[in-house]
Amino acid sequence: MKTLEKKHPLAIRWFHWINFPILAVMVWSGLLIYWANPVYRIGVGKHTLLKMTVAEKTYEKANLAFRLAEGLTLHFFFMWFFAINGILYVLYTIFSGEWRDLVPDRRSWKEAILVALHDLHLRKEAPPQRKYNAAQRISYTAIVVMGLGSLLTGLAIYKPVQFGWLTLLFGGYQMARFFHFWITVGYVVFFVVHIAQVIKTGWNNFCAMVMGYEVQRYD
Amino acid sequence: MTDDDIIIAHADALRKAIAENDVNVDREVRRLSRRGFIVAGAAAVAAYGGWKFLRLASREGDVPWPLRRGLETNEKLSETYFRTARLSRTFPASAITNARINGGVGLQPNYDPANWRLRVEGIAGQPPATLTLSDVKSFPRRDMTTELRCIEGWSIVVHWTGTRLADLMAKFSPPSGTRYVAMESPGRGYYVGLDMLSCLHPQTLLAYELNGAPLTWQHGAPLRLAMPVKYGYKQIKRIETIRYTDVRPADFWGDRGYDWYAGH
Repeated sequence: MKTLEKKHPLAIRWFHWINFPILAVMVWSGLLIYWANPVYRIGVGKHTLLKMTVAEKTYEKANLAFRLAEGLTLHFFFMWFFAINGILYVLYTIFSGEWRDLVPDRRSWKEAILVALHDLHLRKEAPPQRKYNAAQRISYTAIVVMGLGSLLTGLAIYKPVQFGWLTLLFGGYQMARFFHFWITVGYVVFFVVHIAQVIKTGWNNFCAMVMGYEVQRYD
Repeated sequence: MTDDDIIIAHADALRKAIAENDVNVDREVRRLSRRGFIVAGAAAVAAYGGWKFLRLASREGDVPWPLRRGLETNEKLSETYFRTARLSRTFPASAITNARINGGVGLQPNYDPANWRLRVEGIAGQPPATLTLSDVKSFPRRDMTTELRCIEGWSIVVHWTGTRLADLMAKFSPPSGTRYVAMESPGRGYYVGLDMLSCLHPQTLLAYELNGAPLTWQHGAPLRLAMPVKYGYKQIKRIETIRYTDVRPADFWGDRGYDWYAGH
């Protein structure tokens, strides 16, 4: 027997889908800014495993070169929408009680490992799935913490004198820029995993993020 | 009817009820998903339209005007929050990095600094003043080791020596309530517009030495602005003219797609 079950409240769906294009613009404009000084790498000491940049020619081919001013202007415009949407989302989850489904609890850390093992086909039994499983709870909370991190490190780079205490808290101007960059890499990683999981979970689950309801089957 | 018949009849009724329920659920799903996807589609079209509007809007200073308003809104907020008492972090001498040379606009290498004079225009109730480098140096000598932050994202630590702009402005004072200060290099090769509060910041120097040596021409000899409350592109080299004004002065990079305020 099929039943129709309410899954995602209207507010959460709007916050989610508004955030997606705004964050995309923030990441893309950030890349236009990063082009001007693409200094980061993955490595230990003098050994570099991966330079976080590409050849200048590649930037030009991808039409990402010489667009610093444009990137900054977009970044300093859409940052407000990113911040406001994010703050409203957090307030909503607090006042609606939705946070109870989203914040990891004591069991989540252990269960998240079971989720990962199951998803990698290393373990047959499905881990406990409430509205969100443990891995979801951890990542959906982490992404909010990262959002806050982006806002704070961003402010530390944007106003390093008037908010000098904040800049100092992150270890200085260049360290704040470093964290700001790596949090963004984190978003990209989150995005890839998130999309893979949505595809794996299927259409019904995806529709729930659009219409709010999910079809459940009881045999 | 036998008991079996009754059981079969019940089972049939149940199956029928389930089938009916499932048809209803399917119909409801179609209705909800249609509604959901129509709203989503409309939102996506609206977002795309908004984006196109932003990209194609007429440009001011090489920035689409809505984004220029955005920069100006940020500027108003920043100015409201700005306090001259908040200082840019200072560093020990050991933190000084290589003084990177960047930005040669307005600098002619064959310029003779001996002929250089600083002209201050717009002084309250006075004609413009002309100063030699020793006139500038006659003000208290200030030293600071601060971070110079480039809009490109890099930063260096520099030791600056110079005259506090606020000291010079106390002697050659603008009419009270003056909003802006314009500065130009010879022949207006480079020009910046600055807000008054940032000019009065104690770390805003008319610098004549960099890392303990007189400025080289690449760094803007004989006199340049050292101003840690602004990005590097505001820290004009080889200043020839300082002008107090209430008309928002043009700014070299502000005219070329960058933020006019550029304040830290």
